[in-house]
Amino acid sequence: MKNRHGLIALALGVSVVSTALVAGPDDYGLVPRAVAEGVWVVEGARESFSRENGGNIVNTGFVATDDGIVVIDTGPSRRYGEQLRAAAARVAPGKVARVFVTHAHPDHFLGDQAFGDVPILALPGTRAAIARAGEKLSANLYQLVGGWMLGTEVVTPAVDAVPGPVRIGGRDFRLLALSGHTSDDLAILDERTKTLFAGDLAFLDRTPTTPNADLPRWLDALDTLQRLDVRLIVPGHGPVVAAPRAIVQTRAYLRWLGDTLHSAAGRGMDMNEVMRLSPPPEFASLSVSREEFVRSVVHLYPRIEEESLRKASTGKP
Amino acid sequence: MRARAFAVVLGLVCSLAARAAERAPDPLHSPVWDAMVARHLDGQAVTFDDRVRVGVPESAEDPLAVPVDVDASALGRVDEIRLIADLNPIPLILAYRPGRAAPRIGLRFKVEQSTPVRAAVRTPDGVWHVGGAWLRASGGGCTAPSFGTGSGLWRDRLNEVSGALWPRDDGGQRLKLRVIHPMDTGLAGGIPAFYVETVKLADASGNELATLHPYEPVSENPVFTFDLPTRGAVTVTGRDLQGNPIAGRVAP
Repeated sequence: MKNRHGLIALALGVSVVSTALVAGPDDYGLVPRAVAEGVWVVEGARESFSRENGGNIVNTGFVATDDGIVVIDTGPSRRYGEQLRAAAARVAPGKVARVFVTHAHPDHFLGDQAFGDVPILALPGTRAAIARAGEKLSANLYQLVGGWMLGTEVVTPAVDAVPGPVRIGGRDFRLLALSGHTSDDLAILDERTKTLFAGDLAFLDRTPTTPNADLPRWLDALDTLQRLDVRLIVPGHGPVVAAPRAIVQTRAYLRWLGDTLHSAAGRGMDMNEVMRLSPPPEFASLSVSREEFVRSVVHLYPRIEEESLRKASTGKP
Repeated sequence: MRARAFAVVLGLVCSLAARAAERAPDPLHSPVWDAMVARHLDGQAVTFDDRVRVGVPESAEDPLAVPVDVDASALGRVDEIRLIADLNPIPLILAYRPGRAAPRIGLRFKVEQSTPVRAAVRTPDGVWHVGGAWLRASGGGCTAPSFGTGSGLWRDRLNEVSGALWPRDDGGQRLKLRVIHPMDTGLAGGIPAFYVETVKLADASGNELATLHPYEPVSENPVFTFDLPTRGAVTVTGRDLQGNPIAGRVAP
């Protein structure tokens, strides 16, 4: 409790300081870009969370239907959610029909507050994870981005997303329940334009993140996505691209990561020694590669290392 | 009487000031470094020494398990390594007497807030050689209950030892050792301190290799990395704070 007050005070302090220094610091400057007929994407910075970017490192998007827009992910804060809704209304006036949250990471659902009057859907596991860990994720993000988060509260999606075909306002979508980036990852295909919102199952030119990853499952999910008839991919982070480049790059990185960690454990390397390894040029050129590799070692290596150890005999020699 | 007491106090203050002045300034600018020297380095001579290499990531992705490795092999013979996180509620992480092993060790520890992380390495002349780095952390690692305490894991497998050996090019071998233990700090409400206190390593002929004293901040179910001078089976003995024995034999 004491911590929480300290945090709010800190956030306030930062907000005051940045207001004094920069004009419009709480303006994310969101510009929706039309990528296909009735499909817009708001692309975030290919960075890590910082006080400069306010957590806007994520891609969100929306699709026009006869009943209003379908919003996919709500961003890292209340303010982002509100600005996303306002920016969407400028290019696609009318109501918001539905909101989908792809997974339980804070940059994808903390803008939910701005859509309190709209059904917000997510996979059951995602809803449970947000209900369980949302506050902690939100507090973490406060620490990382500061005043941008003012007024942000966790809103758990109230409705289950059901995998399979769904028609909203005369437009057909397909919902896919996958896993690997987290325990529950929702991918959404707009059938009309064959645009795939891949959530964080696909990254492009920005190193994938792994705090809740299961690499084998993630690779399976990528295989599933690549088998779909898709024209355009909207990755969770990185530029929108013709299929299947984002999938191919994400798969190659995850394979390299898994192979590197297993081989290191097999050779008895200590965790810090593994952190000092360098990704090959192909992956070192992705943004924030060093940072994310070090984080991934922390997330994934202890379990892999454990597999390299055997139970000791208890008898004397 | 009063004047004499004053003179004694003045003398004490002067000698403390003189000693502080003799000591090189802390390159990490820790607010509590002098207290660390007094409490954890027995007030002995200290020198900051680049030959003591401390590997920590820039920030603590998981405050319950921050990886750290120390390499003091550039110093030659080493009697003891102490690992200290100045601003942790419990700063002393471990004391390691490498004996015949290389003066290197790797492990993971819990962190409560951003802090300098140091290795103080005592050479046979009694001087502590200190190296270190700042670790950024948002905290919570020391005051959280261990997972095992909640799951009951340690009731069935407490002090279970696992490990593996890898031959090294220098003719020795690497040992990784894992002990199932909650390593409770005593700072989480209602859970007393309970941690592995002593781990001793001996070679296949029973000759002592090295002795490790972990403290509260070492992570739950700790994994330690050691570099040993000879190859072959290693016998592990030790105990935790309640006197429960630790015993195992790791064979190649």
